[in-house]
Amino acid sequence: MIEYVENKEIIAKRIARIFKTGDVVNLGIGLPTLVANYLPPGVTIILQSENGMMGLGPAPEKGKEDKDLTNAGAAPVTVLPGGCFFDSATSFGIIRGGHVDYTVLGVLEVDQEGNLANYKIPGKMVPGMGGAMDLVAGSRVVVGATTHLEKSGASKLKRRCKLPLTAAREVNLVVTDVGYFEVMGDKFYLLEYFAPYTPEWIVEHTDADVVVMSTCSCCEGL
Amino acid sequence: MIQKPVIAAAEAAKLVKDGMTVHVGGFLGCGSPDGVLAALAAQGTKDLTLVCNDTAVLDQKSGRVTGVAPLVAKKQFKRMIVSHIGTNPETQRQMNAGESLVELVPQGTLAERVRAAGSGLGGFLTPTGVGTEVEEGKQKLTVGDRVYLLELPLAGDVALLKAKKADKAGNLVYAKTARNFNPLMATACTTVIAEVEEIVEIGQIDPDQVHTPSIFVDYLVKA
Repeated sequence: MIEYVENKEIIAKRIARIFKTGDVVNLGIGLPTLVANYLPPGVTIILQSENGMMGLGPAPEKGKEDKDLTNAGAAPVTVLPGGCFFDSATSFGIIRGGHVDYTVLGVLEVDQEGNLANYKIPGKMVPGMGGAMDLVAGSRVVVGATTHLEKSGASKLKRRCKLPLTAAREVNLVVTDVGYFEVMGDKFYLLEYFAPYTPEWIVEHTDADVVVMSTCSCCEGL
Repeated sequence: MIQKPVIAAAEAAKLVKDGMTVHVGGFLGCGSPDGVLAALAAQGTKDLTLVCNDTAVLDQKSGRVTGVAPLVAKKQFKRMIVSHIGTNPETQRQMNAGESLVELVPQGTLAERVRAAGSGLGGFLTPTGVGTEVEEGKQKLTVGDRVYLLELPLAGDVALLKAKKADKAGNLVYAKTARNFNPLMATACTTVIAEVEEIVEIGQIDPDQVHTPSIFVDYLVKA
């Protein structure tokens, strides 16, 4: 009997292994931001921040914050050597123009058609979409980062999203704390599973069509 | 070179009249003209339409208040056209209570609508929002094999900007991520007011380093 325990760190660690040196990546606020902490040694990516910068660096030391240098969540950040700043129209030209290789976003619901809902729960939470709709529509690869189950035990991966969509049919990859999925032809394909979970457990605990790839294996070293 | 008037924040606020559409630079308060906004809050101008990336930060726990948040709290906006209100619970409250109108626009679409207004375009086609609530009521066009939404320009009466530096002619230089919507809004409004941290003589800014050309700027306010 496997008991599900939420584990955001494992999600961030697995997503960090997707990138190769030189990839331009936009990390959403929250769980996706953690990904930057787990890049494998030797891999250098370029972080884009939609508020107008390329070459996003780590948070500054206490006392060295710059009021004119924040990330898209208004937190103080630094800029790496070789980084640059631009206005919001250029920033979203970069995003819609397909110049961002990967965008990693949090998920309220994601479904087997690649639809993503992550910006609104009608009547409850209406923060606005910010840059999410452009990021999902424009980035080359869209990665959903989410715990596999809600607190209630419901699957976050769905047959069909019920919440208002952030974008239709744009999600390519989904990484949860039990496995790594690709979305293709209206199904989730399980590429890897994370111990102690098994492909059988994952199929049983996902409220969608999941195909276990013949090459599916346990991801080691997370 | 023609010099631009340098006016006090209170004088700048007087150029904003009840019912006007005001574009305000800044991203969650980073790059917002805080001096002019404080004067506008004190003046109490009302029934404004706000065009801004967001309604800034109003955090009752930490006491952090940025950008346009004090004007939202004073209910000076009857309508807010923004991409994000998640860090200002008062905007959400007014929206839910029907006290003010909030139009949520995807951030890239908002930036481009402002840019279109300032650059003589009748609109543009974007894939953002196709298949979502954002497409409701909008014309859809197919170009090649992709579906796009027709989005329209968004002009304003007054732009309130924040820049790092200006020369007396009104050429502007922004700092880091405080640039954001400011250079776009400079092009899209009838009257443009830039609050700046430093004003230098004409000729002291390298022409290659100017972000907003002086012709867009009408008034300077020293921060």
